[in-house]
Amino acid sequence: MTVSKTQSTSPSAPKNWLKGFSLPWGVTITYLSIVLLLPVSALILRAATLSPAEFWRLATAPVALSTYNITFGTALFAAAINCVAGTATAWVLVRYEFPFKRVLDAVIDLPFALPTAVAGITLATVYSEQGWIGSFLTPLGIRVSFTRLGVAVAMVFISVPFVVRTVQPVLQELDYTIEEAAWSLGASRWETCWRVVLPPLIPAILTGTTQAFARAVGEYGSVVLIAANIPYQDLIAPILVFQRLEENDMAGATAIGTVLLLISLVLLLMVNVLQAWRQRYDG
Amino acid sequence: MTAESKSIQSLPGEVKSEKGREWGKIALIAAVVTYLAMVLLLPTLYVFIGAFSRGIGPFFATLIDPDFTQALRLTAMAVGIAVPFNVVFGLCAAWVIARRRFRGRTLLLSIIDLPFSISPIVAGLMLVSLYGRNGLLGPLLQSLDIRIIFSFPGIALATMLGGMPFVAREVIPVLEEVGTQEEEAAKTLGAGEWQTFWRVTLPSIRWALLYGIILTTARAMGEYGAIAVVSSNLIGRTQTLTLYVEGAYRNYDSQSAFAASVVLAGLAGVTLVIKEVFERRIRIKDEEV
Repeated sequence: MTVSKTQSTSPSAPKNWLKGFSLPWGVTITYLSIVLLLPVSALILRAATLSPAEFWRLATAPVALSTYNITFGTALFAAAINCVAGTATAWVLVRYEFPFKRVLDAVIDLPFALPTAVAGITLATVYSEQGWIGSFLTPLGIRVSFTRLGVAVAMVFISVPFVVRTVQPVLQELDYTIEEAAWSLGASRWETCWRVVLPPLIPAILTGTTQAFARAVGEYGSVVLIAANIPYQDLIAPILVFQRLEENDMAGATAIGTVLLLISLVLLLMVNVLQAWRQRYDG
Repeated sequence: MTAESKSIQSLPGEVKSEKGREWGKIALIAAVVTYLAMVLLLPTLYVFIGAFSRGIGPFFATLIDPDFTQALRLTAMAVGIAVPFNVVFGLCAAWVIARRRFRGRTLLLSIIDLPFSISPIVAGLMLVSLYGRNGLLGPLLQSLDIRIIFSFPGIALATMLGGMPFVAREVIPVLEEVGTQEEEAAKTLGAGEWQTFWRVTLPSIRWALLYGIILTTARAMGEYGAIAVVSSNLIGRTQTLTLYVEGAYRNYDSQSAFAASVVLAGLAGVTLVIKEVFERRIRIKDEEV
């Protein structure tokens, strides 16, 4: 604050400041408006043109309710898997040395780089009845492709990096000597894990899991290709919105789409709160 | 139990627990490798196997198929428009957020992150409700004879929306870390705004910027859900690469679908390699400091 005040006393500063102020600001606000803010407002305005009763009827139609149920249930399941497996992966990558560790570390980011449509067709094939993995599961009576389990596999795939990448840096910073101190004071390995290692990781784990959940809830590309997309069985909410649009049912699409939009806003808020908590923990 | 008795007890058990820890370590690594193999490695490997399942001939036959080349051209055009826009926006937004203190700064940061958490289908729906025929701007656009939805501008907008946050996200922390000292020094020495930006700011953020560009490009090439909504998906006209992959797969032409996927996955590979290089450089820089 004081720096900027002293700066503005120099004669050329106010002009420069204004110039610097207007261009990046102008670009930021204009672009945000055209690409994001106006479209978001348009969707909400369109939803507002529906009467509340109509909105409620469309947003809570039985098929819509079943898609929320399937979407959130499966996304929660996928997030839980990634919560445990992601923390374990971060632990292995930070604490242990083994061959091809760097390769393993690099492939964690694959889901960010690989298009979801590609992920969808390859997961559907690998987990099909004759597929590499599916053929081992079929004798056990487990069908993955074209079932709700397939939806879960797709959701796990696309959200792998979140927990790993939020936990990894925290684990790296964690002082190893604290663990040694706990051991030398007589704590068992489990005690050390639960009481010394885990607590500082919890904010990071929760942030990553919430991000993974948010990503899974909105996923379309990989799920639409691995699932059978049958209502009440494995149809998820984003795909229902797409189907409503294809049927030219704009009102139905708007109502369910708005519900999804509001949920992603709430999840974004949660991630921000968790991150603030994390920073306080670090500080 | 006193501390003394515990240490005596642990003496003979030490070897056993050391061994147990070693086994626990191996078991944990095996579990993680199995998990990643099932979820990530095998499915990704299969993209390449699937593309060459009928040999190298059919693979190249797909690559010269006019529908494929048309889809590739459309994707390249969407990327060519969306990425420069997103880079300029990302730089401006990063500068505003990192260099200015104003009310609603965290709000702006959250808004920029929004495309990460919005479902691509909802993103497409948003664009339709604004720019579509029955959208808010529909009558205006129709009177001006501008078509956005079901045509190329819609695809470009959807591509921009999905990749919007990456550059800003990558550049902001670096801008905050390098601080303003060098920029101020340059200005004191008489450099103009542009000169300061090109000569001082840009060199210090170049790796973060490059990584942001790579990420936004990867995302733009892979954009699918939002484009599926705003595109009419006419083969050879408004079909992008991802829509081509889906279309071929649904027509039981999985060989072509995987061949096109290899092109998309190739970029994913490039992304990961550049990310590695980028992070290694940061690590080296950190160690120098």
